[in-house]
Order: sequence, then C-alpha cells, then structure tokens
Amino acid sequence: MKSLKELRNHLRYKYLKLNRPRVSIGMGTCGIAAGAEKVKNEFISEIKKHGLDVEINITSCIGMCYREVNVEVDIPGKENVVYGDITPKKVERIVEQHIINGNPVIEWAEFQMLAEDGTSIHPIPDMEHTPYYHLQTREVSARCGRINPENIEEYIATGGYEGLENVLKQTPQEVINNLKRSGLRGRGGGGFPTGQKWQFTRDAKGEKKYIICNADEGDPGAFMDRSILEGDPHSIIEGMIIAGYAIGASEGYIYIRAEYPLAIKRLQIAINQAKEQRLLGYNILDSGFNFQIHIKVGAGAFVCGEETALINSIEGKRGMPRIRPPFPALKGLWQHPTNNNNVETYANVSLIFREGVEWYSSIGTDKSKGTKIFSLTGKIAKTGLAEVPMGTTLRQIIFDIGGGIKDGKKFKAVQIGGPSGGCLPEDLLDLPVDYDSLIEAGAMMGSGGLVVMDESTCMVDVARYFLKFTQSESCGKCTPCREGTTRMLEILERITAGKGKIEDLNLLERLARVMKTTSLCGLGQTAPNPVLSTLRYFRDEYLAHIEEKRCPSGVCSNLINYRIDPEKCVGCTACARVCPTGAISGTKKQPHVINTEICIKCGACMDACKFDAITRI
Amino acid sequence: MSNVTLTIDGKQITVPEGTTVIQAAEKLGINIPALCYDPELSLSGSCRMCVVEIEGMNNLPTSCTTVVREGMNVKTKSAAVVESRKMILELLIADHPLDCMTCQKNGNCLLQQYAYEYDVKEISFQGIRHDYPIETDNPFIVRDMNKCINCGKCVRVCSEIQGRDVLNFAYRGFDTKITVDLDLTLAESDCIFCGSCVAVCPTGALLEKNMIGKGRSYEVKKVKTTCSFCAVGCNFDLNVKDGKVIGVTSNPTSAVNGKHLCVKGRFGHDYIHNPNRLTTPLIKKNGEFVEATWDEALNLVAEKFSEIKKEYGNESIGVLSSARCTNEENYLMQKFVRAVIGNNNIDHCART
Amino acid sequence: MYVGHNGSLIPILQATQEIYGYLPKEAMKKIANFLKLPYSEVYGVATFYAQFRLQPRGKHIIRVCSGTACHVRGGDNILKLIEEELGIKSGETTADLRFTIEPVACLGACGLAPVVMIDEQTFGRVTKDKISKLLDQFQ
Repeated sequence: MKSLKELRNHLRYKYLKLNRPRVSIGMGTCGIAAGAEKVKNEFISEIKKHGLDVEINITSCIGMCYREVNVEVDIPGKENVVYGDITPKKVERIVEQHIINGNPVIEWAEFQMLAEDGTSIHPIPDMEHTPYYHLQTREVSARCGRINPENIEEYIATGGYEGLENVLKQTPQEVINNLKRSGLRGRGGGGFPTGQKWQFTRDAKGEKKYIICNADEGDPGAFMDRSILEGDPHSIIEGMIIAGYAIGASEGYIYIRAEYPLAIKRLQIAINQAKEQRLLGYNILDSGFNFQIHIKVGAGAFVCGEETALINSIEGKRGMPRIRPPFPALKGLWQHPTNNNNVETYANVSLIFREGVEWYSSIGTDKSKGTKIFSLTGKIAKTGLAEVPMGTTLRQIIFDIGGGIKDGKKFKAVQIGGPSGGCLPEDLLDLPVDYDSLIEAGAMMGSGGLVVMDESTCMVDVARYFLKFTQSESCGKCTPCREGTTRMLEILERITAGKGKIEDLNLLERLARVMKTTSLCGLGQTAPNPVLSTLRYFRDEYLAHIEEKRCPSGVCSNLINYRIDPEKCVGCTACARVCPTGAISGTKKQPHVINTEICIKCGACMDACKFDAITRI
Repeated sequence: MSNVTLTIDGKQITVPEGTTVIQAAEKLGINIPALCYDPELSLSGSCRMCVVEIEGMNNLPTSCTTVVREGMNVKTKSAAVVESRKMILELLIADHPLDCMTCQKNGNCLLQQYAYEYDVKEISFQGIRHDYPIETDNPFIVRDMNKCINCGKCVRVCSEIQGRDVLNFAYRGFDTKITVDLDLTLAESDCIFCGSCVAVCPTGALLEKNMIGKGRSYEVKKVKTTCSFCAVGCNFDLNVKDGKVIGVTSNPTSAVNGKHLCVKGRFGHDYIHNPNRLTTPLIKKNGEFVEATWDEALNLVAEKFSEIKKEYGNESIGVLSSARCTNEENYLMQKFVRAVIGNNNIDHCART
Repeated sequence: MYVGHNGSLIPILQATQEIYGYLPKEAMKKIANFLKLPYSEVYGVATFYAQFRLQPRGKHIIRVCSGTACHVRGGDNILKLIEEELGIKSGETTADLRFTIEPVACLGACGLAPVVMIDEQTFGRVTKDKISKLLDQFQ
C-alpha cells in the first residue's frame, strides 16, 4: 500500500483539479427535507437531456438552513458558485445558463469561492465576505457541505487522517500533554478540560478500556452534532482513534440516537471505508495499534445524553444514571475505565492534531479555546449553523450572522444550552460566548443550541415548554427530578392557564433550589434553569399572568381572545371557513363575530384574514 | 487499611477508609433519614432523603453514597439540608394516599415517621396522582402501588438476596412503576412469595395480607421465636394481639436468616388457631378415634412399646425424628432410643 | 449474531420491533429466555425507551416535531389538526391500522419548522392546508 501521504497527494489532484463540471447537492437531513432528492434527480435528467459530461456529487449541510436546498456548481478552472433556495424548477436554468453557457445565475447565487487565479464574478460575494459567513471561522465544520461525506477519498484529500498520522509519531502521554496544552474543553456542555479527562482514564488501572462518542444529541433546537455526523463523519472517527491511542483503548462505541437515520448510515459507510483503508481495525497504518468502533443506536431517551445513563444503555439496561463515584474514568462501560466525549469534541481533536496545538490555542479566549458551532433557530432571520471563535458575543452571532429577528420584530431573549440552559435577555447580548461567562449569567454553553425569541414569545410559556420536555424525559430514578419536574410543570401550566397564585412563585423557587442541589444527575440538577432564568430576567411576565390574568405576548391561549373589528371586516367569510370549531358566524358581506365560548384560539382566522380585521387581545 | 478522621455536626470521628458518611454518622449516634438505603442491599442513591451538606461540595450529596475523606466537614441538619428533606417529603406525599388512619402500616411506616419528624403537614402540590388498582389476587401479599415511593428496595432484595428477579422498574419519569415479570400480578408470575419485598418496604405498598385489619402496630406484642417448619432454624417475630398470633414479621437481629424468610415461615402460621387442629391425643377405640388425656395416651404407647420389645427383642423398634423438632427434643429422642429401647435405631429426616 | 455480544438486549428489541411493528409479550419472553435475562428486566427496558411500543401500530408512523422551533412556529396546531383529521390522539393508531401518531421530542430539522416526519420521510414548513394532501400520499 502506498503511504497515506502519497495517497493524499494523489487524491488531492483527483478531487481538487476537476476535469469536468461538478454539481454538488447539499443532502443533509435538512436539505433532503427541503427536497434535495428531487433537485438531484432534476439535475440528472437535465444533464442527460443535454448530453453533458457533468459529475453529480452529494455533500451535506453547509449551514445555511434558511436557504435549503443548496447546490454548488463547480466549473474546472473557474469560480465555484453556491446557490440557495433551489427547487427542481430552477434547475433547468442553472444547467443551461451556468453549466452550458458559463454565466452563473447571479440572482440565485449565495456566494462564490474564488477561482485559483483570483478572478471573481461580479457581483456575487465570496464566501468569506457574506454577512452570514464573514464572522464565522469554519474550522471544525470546514468540510460540511463541501465534501462528499460518503467518500473517504475526499476526506483524505482535504487533510483527513493527517492528525492521526501525526499522533502515531508521538507517545500516548505526549498526545495527552499536547491536548492539555491545546486548551480544548468538552463541547457537550460542561466544558471539562478534555486532556485532563483523557489523563484520568489513561491513569486508571485496567486491562481493557473504552472510548465512547456521545452522539445522542437531544436538546431541542440543537443539530450541530448531526451536521458533523452527516457532513464529516471521518473527523469523528479520527478523533476517536486518537483518543483510543492516547488512552490505551482498543474499542470504541458511538452512541447515536435513532432519530438520525442518515447520520447512522453515513457513519457506517465511513467506518467500513476506514477499515478498508486500514485506518481502523488491526495494526492501523502499520503502527501496531488496534482500534475497533461499534455503533449503538439509541432507543429514544434524552437522559442517555448523561454519560452514566448512556453507559447503562450501551450495556442494554434502562438508561438511568448511576451514582458517582465511581466515575466512568475508573469504572465505566462494563466496569472498565471509559472515556466519553461528544461528537464536536472528537472533531476538534482531529483538527488540533492536524493543524497543531499552537495554531489551535491561538483561537478563542484565555480560558475557552478554539471555536464553537451553534445552531441558530427560533425567531431568527437566518436559521442554520454558525461556527465562531470562542469569545464572539451573542449579539454578533444573533444579529450579524443570524440577521436578527424575523419579520422586523423585536428581540426578547435567547435560550442557550437547551433544557438545561437559561434564557438571556437583551442586555446580556454583549456577553462573550465562553464557558465561564455563560454559567455566571445563569445559562450554560450546553451543546450549542441558540433558540431566539422575539416579542411575540411568552417567557412563561417557554419555561413551561422546557419543563414539559424535561418532565417527559426524566428517568424517574430520583425523587426531586421524578416528582419535582412534574409538580413544576403543573405550576407553570396553572400560571399559563391564568390560574396561578402569587405564592406559586415562591414555591417554584423553593422547588427549583432543592431540585438543583439534590437531584442525582445533570438532567434534574439543570431542569429548573429555564424557570430560574426566566424568573430572574422576566419576572414581570409571570406577574402579568398571575395578577392581571394577562399574557403580554398574546401566546397563552387561555388568556387571549380573538376579536373581529366590524369596521375592517368585509364579510369575505375566509375566517369562518378556516375556523376548525365553527366559532365564527355571520352572513356574507356583513361583519362576522367570534363566539369566544367555542373558539379554541388556534389563530387560523387571523392568518386567513386578508383585511387585518382580526386582532388578538 | 488506614483510618480517616472527619467531623460530623461538630463531632470528630475516626473510621476506616471506605466508610460512607451515613455509616460514620451512625457510629456517632447521628441518625440520617433514608428511604432507599439498606445496608444489606446495593446502593441506589435515589430517594435523596439522606442528603447532607459537605464543606467544599457544590450540591448536597447523598450520605449513603459519599465515602468519607480526611478532614471532611459534614453537616447533617443544616438549614439547606432540612429544607431539602422537607421538600422531598412534600413531593412524595403529593402522590401518596394519606389514609394513615386506616393504613395497616400506621406506626410502622418510614414515610409517616419522617413526615412527623420534619413537620410536613400540608400538601404543597396539587396535581395528578396515580390511581393504580390494588392487587389482592394472591393469599399472601397485598400490593398497593399507589403507596409505592419507588425506593426500589423490593427490586434489589428480590434480585440480590432472593435471586429471583421477579420485580423491576418499568416505564419512566413520573410513571415509573415497579412491575412484576411482564407487568403481571404476583400470583400470575414466577414469584415464590418469600415476602422479602414486604419486609423491606418502607411504606404500606407491600403488606402481609393476613395481618390487615387484625391489629395496629402499637397493639401488637412481638415475640421472637424459631420457625418450626424446617431444620434451618430461622428466627422471626410472632405478632401477638390479645394472646392470638396474627402474623409473622421478620426480625433483622435473627442470627441465621436476618430479615429473610420463606413463604412457609412468613405466611404459614394460620394453623396455629385453626379449629381443625388437634388439641388432645386421640385413641382409636372400636374403629373410631376418641379423645383422650395425655396420661392415657402416653400410658398406651409405653405399654405397646414394652410389649413389642418383650416379644420381638430390643432391635425390633426404630425411631425417626424430625427436623421440625428442637435440638433438645431430638436429643431426648435419641436418649430414649438408646437408654430406654436399648438400640441405636435412631435416625433423622434431615440427616442426608 | 447477537449471542455473546454484551448489551445486545436493545438491538434485539429493535430488530423484533422492526419485524412485528411492536413488541409482543411472547417475543419478549423468548428474548428473555434466549439472553437468560429475567422477564422483569426485558419489560423494564422495553418500557423505558420511547422507541419501543407494546401495542400494535399502524403501517405509517407520523411524528410531529415538538421541538422549540416547531413549537414557536405552530407545530402544536399541526399536531392538533392531524389528530382531528385522523380522529385519533397522539400515541394512538387508526382503526384501519394505517396511521399511528407518535410523540417525538425534536427531529432536529429546526430550520424547516414546523416539521412532520412520516415513516422515514421528513416534511418541512408544513402548513395547515398541506396536511390532507400529505396524508393522502401514505395509503
């Protein structure tokens, strides 16, 4: 076999120097949901129709979820152009105008990658200068949306497994020392220094040790890990092999949720291809080091993101957390020393050992190094993924990258860190995003989900929503979480239904304190965070619900009513037709009225009215 | 093994390395409340009643799972600890029937005792409660899952001590419930009714069926005795009210068996007051059994033995004695055979 | 393929459900005997994970995302309307065994909220008027 280096040089030539046009379609779960499969088939038939020699390739999500389906057109020797919002109908024009005639469709183009000679097409911005990407530092997610994740050759051609090659030249302890120097902290939420974690497991006594990759990304609104799993699966595998070498483990498990079928498929392909290239299995790259990776598919339990629950689940048990000590580093999977990191952490590891510790630790802040990928969702203009250096402010992420709030509404809060995190208000937006600043503000980095809320979001309802989530995901083992989440949810449901009492706030705070300090695992300890942070920053909204029986944002259906303005209503009957309960009556061309007794407050009438005659009060 | 010195509630104590905080506290006579903890079983750490404050630790760790460290400063009754225990009790009773007045477990219930100790009177939380049917379809155990607090001691005792694994947690979250086999009743399952689960249950979720309605805990006199069913020699407490045995409960101080008993020992005592039980010797006269006095009966037996011995010789009589007799009775029996009958034909049902 | 593999209970339950669409009690008993596990443990695992069901289910599985993004963009209403359309509640199966609505926490396609997943297909930006057409595709 040729050395990996020779292979890489060969592949670089093969993949980067095109000899025919290439169309890459963004086929992550989000792209496919937006119709990427149909776009791909349309390209195939158009190309066939014109008898063209064009390569159709797939890639994954480049992070612009707000512009799915994304298509990249790459003409040899010319600029690459990335299109957004592509539908099958738009394909014909791209093929004819761009591929055949060489004139990109400027109005559909999102950005371009400059050609080798530096030429560019006016006025398409280049990627680094678009509002969405100019503040981003795409390092960990660099390959997402750019390479075919089902082809190991493209990974190798773009520097893949170079980190592993470098690592195999070091002793395991040197690897850990370097990781410690890099300053990498766990990307799963807590931010524990990864090098130190590896050291614990390396130092633990035991003949057999295990590496686990936590790919059980379950926070609502978080999909960074899915994006890496689908877009660059080898970067995770490489990181795990490096961990195995450093820690002295020969077996690894990827625990991935069943809700990610595409990611599972791509991981399996990646593992098979890595085995074929002898990058996985016995005697990796002739180093004498052996490493196997198994995939374990979860069965639907958010709590399995907690590492000891995850270990129980791999062992085939109920996913209930274990008491600690003993910590998994000493007694983990099948009672053997076990190291557990999440997807993004392993992807960072491959990057660190490819690009070097000095380079890596130059990115980020003093105590939080490197980059962090965030998923931007909620009422933000541009939903998608953004990778930024640690220390970037929330304002930059939400307003500069994410384009601010949709539909010109006013920002109210951002939920960071999923159900374990907190809701931060406007005046904390200049907070630099790093582990310690966020904890101080009553939130946490979590895995990196940012759910943006605007003035039409009710913060009590948001707290209720998160409690409903944690309540239904509580494993039921310990009393404060099992009973506490249920009672906390009930109190919030009463408040949003207009049946809250002022004493409830006191009770909520008492209960929250006890749940935080006495719950067995992180799920219960952090479950009250959404309640505590909204109580801290949006107490007036709670008071409005309780004292005035009013939902200031007009969300809580028990506290709102819809009304038809007889002045504006022209009697078109559109509202009456969409009303699911027949609550609207009136004769044609006469003002209609809503029977509030029957009305379920779904808001369908308001959406249907073309005359702005319906108001929510 | 080296020793560790720590401070609990201001008092210093030195204990062997590996001791847990709850064990160390016990040595100082400090009783920490706990619902899921049982020294005989593996640790669960789930009820969270035994939380304590330890200097330098962020949250309130459970004393049953925390191992002592040199210089540790533990507070078992700080304001935060007491408040947490109160809250945990409030949470538990919010989904627990408060029918203590008629509950068989009254006076003997840990939940009740702690609610009293921590002055938990009101239910702070109004909301859903479970409504499980009460299981009564077997002769021995009544299972009322509405009173279960999910401490899981029954699950562990069934698995770790009895080795049956009939019980386990099922479902999750608020709906977590301890189920039998594939959610069957005990009667339908592979349960052998050893009743160990009943013995460890801290509440009225698992009760001895035969004792229900027969007496309150404070009316019952407990009389420790040895089981008469087999040769193992288990000890237990006969629960006696007004001179009548109303049930059996295990006595943890029993040297042979601790809290554990078999179905016969724990539940097989109804013969004591059974009207069909023989209370006087019977002698067959003219083909029918007729009541007799002990003197009549013993005289008859002695007379017959003497006759046989005289007619057929010493070796003509053999005796089998029983594992259900006491050692003293068995001793007397062999003495009788050797000294009175005059042979060695004595054997015992548990000899092999 | 499962013999001797540690932790194979969950994969076996998943494969069993793949065949029957749910976990029949007889199958759980067989699995327990095969793996030498107590019935109670198999039942405990089967009821812990949201993926497993102990009741038969429909040919097509509808999952309406209740993630945050979908929630704020009207996912709840979509669920309500699908429930009305099929005359069943979330977690139930239609009498003709055509559809089952399953609760799901978050499908992770928040950029396309509200999202509905039917079988393996994900549909984004679902609106009220698309629902009937969407369901018609699955016979």
